Amino acid sequence: MSNTATENEHDPLIPHGHQQTGRVGDRIFRGFASGAGIFVLVIMGAIGAFLIWKSIPSLQADSTNFFTTTEWFPDDNPAVFGIAALLFGTVISATIAMVLAVPVGIGIALFIAFYAPRPVASTLAFITDLLAAVPSIIFGLWGLAVLMPNMQGTAQWLNDYLGWIPIFDNTLGIYSKSLFIAGVVLAIMVLPTVSAVTREVFIQVPSEHVEGALALGATRWEMVRMAVFPFSLPGMISAAMLGLGRALGETIAVALILSAAFTINWHITEPGGNSFAANIALKWNEAGPIGLSALIASGLVLFLITLVVNMLARWIVSRRKDFSGAN
Amino acid sequence: MTVISPEPTRSPESRSISESLAGKKLPRWAPLATAVAAVVIGYGIGAAGSIFGLAWFVVAALLFLIGQTAWSFAVEGRRHAIDRLATTLIYTCFIVALAPLLSVLLSVITKGAGVVFTDFPSFFTETMRNVSPRKPGGGVAHAIVGTIEEVAISAVIAVPIGIMAAVYLVEYGRGRMAKWVSFFVDVMTGVPSIVAGLFIYTFWILVLGFDRSGFAAALSLVILMIPVIVRTTEEMLKIVPNDLREASYALGIPKWKTIVRIVLPTALSGIITGVMLAVARVAGETAPLLLTTFLSQSMNWNPFSGPQAALPTFVWDQISNGTDASVARAWGGAFVLILFVMIFYIGARLLARVFAPKAR
Amino acid sequence: MAKRIDVSDLDIYYSKFLAVEGVTFSVEPRTVTAFIGPSGCGKSTVLRTLNRMHEVIPGAYVNGKVLLDGENIYDSDVDPVNVRRTIGMVFQRPNPFPTMSIYDNVIAGIKLERTKGVKRDRASMDAVVEKSLRGANLWEEVKDRLSRPGSGLSGGQQQRLCIARAIAVEPQVLLMDEPCSALDPISTLAIEDLIEDLKERYTIVIVTHNMQQAARVSSTTAFFNLAGIGQPGRMVEMGPTAKIFSTPTEKATEDYVSGRFG
Ligand SMILES: Nc1ncnc2c1ncn2[C@@H]1O[C@H](COP(=O)(O)OP(=O)(O)O)[C@@H](O)[C@H]1O
Ligand SMILES: [Mg+2]
Repeated sequence: MSNTATENEHDPLIPHGHQQTGRVGDRIFRGFASGAGIFVLVIMGAIGAFLIWKSIPSLQADSTNFFTTTEWFPDDNPAVFGIAALLFGTVISATIAMVLAVPVGIGIALFIAFYAPRPVASTLAFITDLLAAVPSIIFGLWGLAVLMPNMQGTAQWLNDYLGWIPIFDNTLGIYSKSLFIAGVVLAIMVLPTVSAVTREVFIQVPSEHVEGALALGATRWEMVRMAVFPFSLPGMISAAMLGLGRALGETIAVALILSAAFTINWHITEPGGNSFAANIALKWNEAGPIGLSALIASGLVLFLITLVVNMLARWIVSRRKDFSGAN
Repeated sequence: MTVISPEPTRSPESRSISESLAGKKLPRWAPLATAVAAVVIGYGIGAAGSIFGLAWFVVAALLFLIGQTAWSFAVEGRRHAIDRLATTLIYTCFIVALAPLLSVLLSVITKGAGVVFTDFPSFFTETMRNVSPRKPGGGVAHAIVGTIEEVAISAVIAVPIGIMAAVYLVEYGRGRMAKWVSFFVDVMTGVPSIVAGLFIYTFWILVLGFDRSGFAAALSLVILMIPVIVRTTEEMLKIVPNDLREASYALGIPKWKTIVRIVLPTALSGIITGVMLAVARVAGETAPLLLTTFLSQSMNWNPFSGPQAALPTFVWDQISNGTDASVARAWGGAFVLILFVMIFYIGARLLARVFAPKAR
Repeated sequence: MAKRIDVSDLDIYYSKFLAVEGVTFSVEPRTVTAFIGPSGCGKSTVLRTLNRMHEVIPGAYVNGKVLLDGENIYDSDVDPVNVRRTIGMVFQRPNPFPTMSIYDNVIAGIKLERTKGVKRDRASMDAVVEKSLRGANLWEEVKDRLSRPGSGLSGGQQQRLCIARAIAVEPQVLLMDEPCSALDPISTLAIEDLIEDLKERYTIVIVTHNMQQAARVSSTTAFFNLAGIGQPGRMVEMGPTAKIFSTPTEKATEDYVSGRFG
């Protein structure tokens, strides 16, 4: 680890008599602390670097376009594989999750911050946060065994009554293992992220603005629109993007629910679809050397996408205030 | 701009509004009455063959929304109608969020408890060695050992790094470098767990040439743990009053001793909360384990050599088998896993609440 | 258009905590009434019950009557939204909506109401904005930058913007909770002049910790005090400002106005 304790100015808070013993200890301790801080940067850099390094063999071996191919035969000779289908499935399932989770998450946050009876509000917040503690493997199992049979009717209804919208049209008559169901499970999984971060932002709305709106004769909803939403907009966008980052990178639940297929199928209620993360988990143990490298390459793309999404989210909100979302 | 007289001129309309305080209001029983009517009509429509193929309770919910909004619009006016609609929708969001939580917990309990507690405690003491996927029996002993060892190792590595990074950010961090560290700690929270697994695989197994092991899995969990610990510790250190630090400096105690002896102990309960939250988060991770240690059916006490089972990968494995007996075992494993995670999670939250700083 | 207020036997609670007990008083239309008293004795609390802003705080409620021209604003069929529209409020800290322009801040209240027959076209809005800003003595200072954010103004200007926002909805009564305490002396003078103008048209109740200010702007003054340590606040006495400051009936009032405590 590199040592950054070089810019060690005199600390005016340390009295002179103790400089002898204090200085050395301080320098060492400070070195450890900075080292730990820099370790975070090093890790983030190393993730990128090692993934790039180890994806090179497969990218060189690929006989087709890595970005537009919808097949995955990296261990064939010549190797044929690309991420188009993965990108499609990842983006579509995450989009479905966002469409469902963002409004509901904002609703929950509003409920807890402004609507719920005060004595129980923090308990209700705790209960909704419990969703965040449920491991994704359990969401996957539940989605597969409990939710999927119950979503059949909804998917069929979408086909029967909204089938004229191409994405809801189901040409197979089979409604299970679809991107739609994966999206619904993802929505439930990112809901606590979206609602917890949004709630933090709502709580920061100064009560002067809330009272200012009410004193003008606004109803509660008008107060929300007048004082809460404009003030919280960056935070809400950021919450949605943090949720999006989660949804894009979720592996196990998606891997369990989708019947992995390397196609781009806009009929989202039909079986099929795939995602970066699910594909890595599913293909990992049957992959040869180039296969592993190809999976690493797809993981690199996923890493970069989530990196951009998360950096944007953090950047938007850091211009206003510190929201961590780490818990 | 029109020239206007200084004397206020009021239109008769606006007077009529602001001079009557009593707004026409729906009676108190209105929501209940609307709800009952909506349920009755919705159920009737459902029994008579439904409209648009909607389930009766969906029809009832829509009838309630429309009915209440229309009634309110007619009596109370547009603004109150919208307010009521928004209120109803916001309450609905909350209920909608509770439904999956309840369903998940209920399913895990109803489907898992049976498996776990038949022949108690064999589910906790046996492994899957020589157990046929088609037959009931076997247990999660090897998975529990794997999970505990892996999580413990990752905590041993991640906790000091996380705490020291937080110390850096709060006590030393100034300028550009601290900003970058702080920013990337946040970004690191968003690193997908499978990417953490991929990284450890490339770094530890491909490049350094080690075998798959519980330790490799623990390393991937370290990456997921660090940001959680840094953030919670940082929040805690920030609320340690500055007076405390200054009082210590005034006694001539060097900065590092002040931090170790005074600042960190003051923030201890918060730091423990953070560690417990981090443990709860990583104990349920499946994806990185699949890449770095894979599955195992038998007991492997040694985390440094060979594949090791863990609770999440146990569940994954049993689901993949697909037989009735295996899926039942998967629910059993899920039950044990959720118990493990919830103990840490709820424990952390309770601790946080008990020791919460009163200033808020 | 200004209305009178009659408060009788009002007990004000924050959850279980009785903050103010047994307040009874009347406010005549088109007068300025000042509330004075040591801090924590319930001046703001009483003020906020006059337009039902008190109940916005979770768990807060009142017992008693507040009549606005004879109509009890706490009657069960009264809509608090109408009450607050009729009785405007200006807060201690200026609170223009930070994401809105000066223009939008002024019309924020009117935009809520969409009454049949009242034109809400650009020209009539412009007229309301000009009238309200002139009413708040702010027009000349901001007329060239109406589309700039309200938060860019100085503290005193922001407070006058809040007054403009409050009078734009043409209320009957204006409540002001220490409107000058966050302002410099010049801005304070500007607000005091404004109150002088506004009392021609509105019933005004103002909380102030500044006794000179109470003496300057008000015709009636009410003195609040705690009944004792750990006891609820109460109104000690109320009367013409001149009398309260020269020959009050109560000893406590005399001590307070002569600066002997508080
Ligand atoms: N939001 C609140 N919740 C609970 N108690 C409050 C609240 N606001 C004020 N109080 C209490 O009510 C009493 C009167 O406060 P306040 O009306 O603000 O006094 P003043 O304006 O005269 O300084 C005080 O004891 C104060 O602690
Ligand atoms: Mg006050």
